[in-house]
Amino acid sequence: MGFCWVVLVAVLVFLFTPIVIVVAVSFSPSAIFAFPPDGFSLRWYHAIGNADSLVASVWLSAQIAFLATCTSLTLGTLCAIAVVRGLVPAGKAIATFMASPLMLPGLVLGIAFLQAARGVGLRDAYMTLLLAHIVITMPFIMRTVLASLSLFDFTMVDAARMLGYSYPMALWKVLVPNILPGFISGALFAFIASFDNYPVSIFLVDVRTKTLPIQLLNQLEMSPDPTVAAASALLILGTIVALIICDRFVGLRRMASM
Amino acid sequence: MSTFAIDTRRHPAAVRERRTWFDAKALLALPGLAFMTLAFALPVILLVSESFVGPDGLTLDGYRKVLADDYYVGIVGNSIKLALITTGTTLLLGYPAAFALARARGRLQVILFALIFLPLTVSIIVKTFGISIMMGRNGIINWLLVNLGFIERPIRLVFTEFNLYFGMVNVFLPFMILPLYSVMRMLDQRLTDAAASLGAGPVYTFAHVTLPLTMPGVIAGVSLVFSISVAAYVTPSLLIGDRFMTMSQVMAKAYLNIRDFQLGASMAVVLLTIATAIVLAASYLARAPGQSGR
Repeated sequence: MGFCWVVLVAVLVFLFTPIVIVVAVSFSPSAIFAFPPDGFSLRWYHAIGNADSLVASVWLSAQIAFLATCTSLTLGTLCAIAVVRGLVPAGKAIATFMASPLMLPGLVLGIAFLQAARGVGLRDAYMTLLLAHIVITMPFIMRTVLASLSLFDFTMVDAARMLGYSYPMALWKVLVPNILPGFISGALFAFIASFDNYPVSIFLVDVRTKTLPIQLLNQLEMSPDPTVAAASALLILGTIVALIICDRFVGLRRMASM
Repeated sequence: MSTFAIDTRRHPAAVRERRTWFDAKALLALPGLAFMTLAFALPVILLVSESFVGPDGLTLDGYRKVLADDYYVGIVGNSIKLALITTGTTLLLGYPAAFALARARGRLQVILFALIFLPLTVSIIVKTFGISIMMGRNGIINWLLVNLGFIERPIRLVFTEFNLYFGMVNVFLPFMILPLYSVMRMLDQRLTDAAASLGAGPVYTFAHVTLPLTMPGVIAGVSLVFSISVAAYVTPSLLIGDRFMTMSQVMAKAYLNIRDFQLGASMAVVLLTIATAIVLAASYLARAPGQSGR
């Protein structure tokens, strides 16, 4: 047992070292990544403000992730309701199908989208990215919403209908508040998966439409300076804030188990 | 529900109303299903069929290249070797770590869990960037090695296989720990205590009680880590680049640089087959009798 604890602590140190290093480098006064750091400065954070392409890519990624998550929340929840209620034949197969993009290698999906978009003459990078990211986010929504719907007692919807609500209104007033935790954790994972996606997006971006991961990697290959580290540190901060907020709503362990 | 159902059966009009509702509600699944068929299933099917199409019609040339040419066979081998080493190392590190995590109690467990979970939500690019800084000449690894007296002066670590495996294990370790943890959490500690009180040593208890009971977690973790690391793209291309080509890198090059679509599509189908086979094998193993901790 003592051995297991030693391994756990070592694993945590191992997992956190790269993250801590990125944050440390973002405060470094010089452009050379050195350990131990030789001072403290915020110049790379000021530099982010001047890096127009970086700011533009954050904005693009946030838009795509938000729109894709909202769309798959709507489509996925409706589909999950039909599956859980046994309204459609082969519900289990449908659920597996809707969640299967998660099982495919990202690059394979990316190439498939690229060819399909070329095939139908879709040239707009923004639209192609958005459609692809709806597919990427769908499995996260399906899995969490299905899990929380299967715990929901649908007679409550019937009760609301008897009390005079229309079917859509009954769903909105009774179902939605009940499965909100599943929504939130599913949406968070979906957002992160889209915001972070590299292997699908790489095939779909163009010179003017670059998502954040693509832009970060380009910058790392062209001119690796600590601006990238500063941007990454802000991303990590954003993730921690999002996780804390979701922990308040859902509880971290419940989120991860879905 | 049941009482209302009996009621409606007695009133034909009500039955008719239920029927129409039934039809209307089934349509709920339609938008999502239609979207995924058009935007996901169709493109994947098209990709698979593309792998059989050459400049002069139907051909198996793509597969002949990928599965017979020594260079490409070596690349498939590279990807599998990378996935095997990553999976093996994450299992060796992850198993004891997940065990300690599952044994932790109360507030401590929540904190430890959050610490394992957080790296999973940090972008792979950020982590890989951190690792390449660590491996630099002035990085922490060289600094440690010099100060501990292992080496005289900093050595080159970037773009080495050591660097690659270090990064892969770092990125994919949480994917191994979480499935293991979710099974180990359910493990009844009294079982191992009982084995010990009956005279079993720690090794015997582990081999005959703990390991069989946690096997579903091992299967889930191994299949997950293998199938994502065999397809990994960002980490290998940032940490080692062209010195260690994988299937993913060949696919990306085939589409983005050399424009040999058939090569890319064939490689994609091979990768798809490997990844799907692993997932299917795992779900078969998880269901097989004798493995059940449930």
